[in-house]
Amino acid sequence: MTAVASGATVRPAKRGWSFLAPTILPGFGTAFGFTLAYLCLIVLIPLGHMALRAADVGWDRFWAITLAPRVLHAFYVSFGCALAAALINAVFGLVVAWVLVRYRFPGRRLIDAMVDLPFALPTSVAGIALTAIYAPNGWIGALAKAAGFKIAFTPIGIVIALVFVGLPFIVRTVEPVLQDLDAEVEEAAASLGATRWQTFIKVLLPAILPALITGVALAFARGVGEYGSVIFIAGNIPAVSEIVPLLIVARLEQYDYAGATVIATAMMGVSFLMLLGINFLQRWTRSRHAR
Amino acid sequence: MPADPHSRRPAVGEGPVTRLALIGLAILFLAAFLALPLAAVFSQALAKGFGAFLKGLTDPDALSAIQLTLTVAAIAVPLNLVFGVAASWAIAKFNFRGKSLLLALIDLPFSVSPVISGLVYVLLFGLHGSFGPWLRDHGVQIIFAVPGVVMATVFVTFPFVARELIPLMQEQGVEDEEAAIVLGASGWQTFRLVTLPNIRWGLLYGVLLCNARAMGEFGAVSVVSGHIRGKTNTMPLHVEILYNEYNFVAAFAVASLLALLALVTLAAKAILEWRFADQIAAAKR
Repeated sequence: MTAVASGATVRPAKRGWSFLAPTILPGFGTAFGFTLAYLCLIVLIPLGHMALRAADVGWDRFWAITLAPRVLHAFYVSFGCALAAALINAVFGLVVAWVLVRYRFPGRRLIDAMVDLPFALPTSVAGIALTAIYAPNGWIGALAKAAGFKIAFTPIGIVIALVFVGLPFIVRTVEPVLQDLDAEVEEAAASLGATRWQTFIKVLLPAILPALITGVALAFARGVGEYGSVIFIAGNIPAVSEIVPLLIVARLEQYDYAGATVIATAMMGVSFLMLLGINFLQRWTRSRHAR
Repeated sequence: MPADPHSRRPAVGEGPVTRLALIGLAILFLAAFLALPLAAVFSQALAKGFGAFLKGLTDPDALSAIQLTLTVAAIAVPLNLVFGVAASWAIAKFNFRGKSLLLALIDLPFSVSPVISGLVYVLLFGLHGSFGPWLRDHGVQIIFAVPGVVMATVFVTFPFVARELIPLMQEQGVEDEEAAIVLGASGWQTFRLVTLPNIRWGLLYGVLLCNARAMGEFGAVSVVSGHIRGKTNTMPLHVEILYNEYNFVAAFAVASLLALLALVTLAAKAILEWRFADQIAAAKR
């Protein structure tokens, strides 16, 4: 611990293990105590309690509920659509971030502000708006219908809703990294004869990649759990376009607390494992780039 | 073209054609995914004329939904504001063991599905929940009542203020506060006269985001509210009910009010970012 109060009566540093580094500022006990109590009360105890209730169900029933075909399919839809949407956003979000950081054009600030719309717009509003557009009688849905395919009430509709929801995560995580990129590296690459595309692929992309992966992970995690913007456009057809959060709500409405708890706990478990995996992937790309 | 201090012209760059193509692609993508839904909300709300729009908004159930949404935000936002300030004071101004664990736990509600955020309270306080029978015997109702709606909202908006303030206060360091203490100020004076002026814009920024989410939360609230019209229906829930009853004009009328709130939030956020960029940490997450 390096923080030593400057100018104050320096207390002799305690030897060995100490929880709090020496300081002259007051209020740590109150602030820390309140933070911890509030965190436990609002977040940790309720979440822990849910895990305990899931454990109460018993191992065999836990797997019987989780591995039921309808539940498995919902998992497949939720995670598959969230991943597809996050990858689509990785491409377009990178383009948007690139354009916002690198180019100056009229309306740039307006666009910059608009990128956060999915953060600010309530999900149920986004849900009914997207459905109005992509339903067979909507602006784009009618076009798709004329071309012979359906968007709303299929997994494609779910992906569209999740692209909407996830976009700002990618743009806002990539933007600061693009801003901080050193212009000299690009100039060096160019002067050594690399084309612009080669410079992008070999020089810029490796530097952006860790942030891009973070953005994808955030968008993915949000997409897996997303409920409001998806349920309207999804149509919620079992084994076709039913997502896990909807299944949890359905079980609750039937007073099947055990079912809802088990599915919810399983979903949190899988999300946690996937985020752990992404974390490793990110460390790997970062260490590769560092070399 | 306005001079931008951050604009920097590398000696190398894309040709004008690539530039235009990329700008065009970005605008097209954002128009399709952001502008179009927004336009859909307002055009559908006014599809049957202004009278029908107003009728949807002034319906007693809509009015009570608006009132409940304001009430819930008025409780949840101050609670999380106090928490955010306390947490950032402890985390940014002191060094203690397990700080990164605490930071990760504060972020936890962001990675929990809104539906699960509601479910955890149903399992605690619902009729079949662990405390359900006890609460029923004592005549207290939390789930399918306003307290449940408030709790679920507090859960989902939990990290907003703390997340804005922690990086900001970490960046500002402890020298100012230490000087105040050494000069004889009390802890409260130090906070009020030294720390607060330094963090006020970041604080406002966090409150803004927290409030937008508190008023707009759907999934978590939907699980705990029970959708009782005129009683436990917030605006986002009322939108759903009207929509499912095929009362599209009224649904989009209420939705347009929420969309307006989102636009006001974005405008205020943009103004704060442009004017006080240096005083708002992590503005660009």
